[in-house]
Amino acid sequence: MKAKGIIVLLAAAISGIAAQAAIAGSLVINGSTTVLPIAQKVSEAYMQQNPDVKISISGGGSGEGIKALVDGTTDIANSSRFMKDEEVKLAMGKNIYPVPFAIAYDCIVPVIHPTNNMSNITMEQLKSIYMGTVRNWKEIGGADGPIVVISRDTSSGTYEVWEEKVMNKERVFPRALLQASSGAIVQAVSKNKNAIGYIGIGYINKDIKPLSVNGIKGSVETTLSGAYPISRPLYMFTAGWPKGDILNFINFVLNPGKGQKYVSDAGFVPLY
Amino acid sequence: MQRTQQSGKSRKRKEQAIRSLFFIIALASVMALGFIMYFLFVEGLPVFSKVSVKDFVFGRYWYPTSQPPDFGIFPLIVASMAVTGLSAAMSIPLGVLAALYLAEAAAPRVRQWVKPVVELLAALPSVVIGFFGMVVVAPFLQDLLDIPTGLNLFNGALMLAFMSVPTICSISEDAIYSVPVELKEASLALGATHWETIARVLLPASLSGICTAIILGMSRAIGETMVVLMVTGGAAMVPESIFDPVRPMPASIAAEMAEAPFRGSHYHALFATGIVLFIFTLLFNLLADHISHRYKQTGAATL
Repeated sequence: MKAKGIIVLLAAAISGIAAQAAIAGSLVINGSTTVLPIAQKVSEAYMQQNPDVKISISGGGSGEGIKALVDGTTDIANSSRFMKDEEVKLAMGKNIYPVPFAIAYDCIVPVIHPTNNMSNITMEQLKSIYMGTVRNWKEIGGADGPIVVISRDTSSGTYEVWEEKVMNKERVFPRALLQASSGAIVQAVSKNKNAIGYIGIGYINKDIKPLSVNGIKGSVETTLSGAYPISRPLYMFTAGWPKGDILNFINFVLNPGKGQKYVSDAGFVPLY
Repeated sequence: MQRTQQSGKSRKRKEQAIRSLFFIIALASVMALGFIMYFLFVEGLPVFSKVSVKDFVFGRYWYPTSQPPDFGIFPLIVASMAVTGLSAAMSIPLGVLAALYLAEAAAPRVRQWVKPVVELLAALPSVVIGFFGMVVVAPFLQDLLDIPTGLNLFNGALMLAFMSVPTICSISEDAIYSVPVELKEASLALGATHWETIARVLLPASLSGICTAIILGMSRAIGETMVVLMVTGGAAMVPESIFDPVRPMPASIAAEMAEAPFRGSHYHALFATGIVLFIFTLLFNLLADHISHRYKQTGAATL
């Protein structure tokens, strides 16, 4: 008798919690580690303004996020690339119509020491430098000095863009130095007159000198116009046109006065 | 009569309880180690379904994210050994000689001041030493030696030496200081000079302690992560000179683990790197244990 009472109580409690969860709403976001800092900053702001919504974020990589979206284990998939054909087919097979929202742009700028007299570089030269075939600044019109090549750790999103846009399927040569963050690259380049590195546009400061690529300066304008070559859009995918909390969140992210503010805080280029 | 018997019984029970309490405490740390090892192997071994052990350990290229990936940690192993070896070459003479000075030559007042300061060096957080190496030492080396980059093997070894000197010096000094005074007095009484006494009596008598100190200092160096991540440059290649940038195993794990896809082959490869590192430190510790037993002084008479 007593046990039965407890079970009834428990059931009531559980249904109560479930009901509350349905009212309160919860969002699950998974995917690209590049988009993760944006998602984190925006979610914090969103949860502050909507205390009844719980957002849980994880970063398993773009592919992981899209897989989770197709499996129905996440509401929003962050991705640093567009969906691949196979992924779209897989989603269609499960009657899920993924909807992309471009939420920001990633713009990667090659940087050198302020005393270096170079100011422009071509994509071809960048590729040769990172492949290790060009080893001295004078080979590409600079002063005589061995080029100290600094790269990012291979699992970072920044490296991913570099590999995709600049290296074009070639490998960064093993002699390249590795730094684990954009901040560390700024630090290393600013202390070495022969160094070259690459960072997200948000990290540029007066200690380092950004290089134009193919004669185009990396900036918010050239990124948005598509003229600057080392940039890419970042996406959030939803399963079908978003509704309810998901729609509210996406609207928040895209709002120039709200979510987009945090995009530039995270070191990326906002949409407007 | 009965009362003493009873109190004896309760005393026995109390003893038993305390004994099992301590057993449980000891067991907890052993079990923690066991769980960590289990986890390490469970997460690391799956990579060997993608790459053979030989290709993993002796592979020359580490490109974990390219298509197809290359998981060769040979450059990382060489880097770890080179950095540790070079730092040992700097820290052993410095540490042991400083210990000899403190134990034998220094005036008591000097010893009283210098020893705590040396030990304080051990308390410096590794990230502070790393930052120092990156911001101060690297540009200095670049200008002084006119080398392409100051973030290299030599700088890493130098910073690691900073970290192992206090360990080596402090433990060696304790070992030398604890040599029975009769031995020293006997040697001096036989007409040996102070130097002869140090070289022929004190050093051999404290050898086991000094070896333990050295190996503890070196195992601190080989497992150190933050310093090597910040100052060795991080190029995954086999170094040709001591001024080449290198990437020791801990640096590779720390730099890449955060963003490696969970349970992907890159993730497993990083854990497998951890297994290799673990085997290295285990060997160091076994060696230390062996040496300290082998050259152990059991009494003044054994010399």
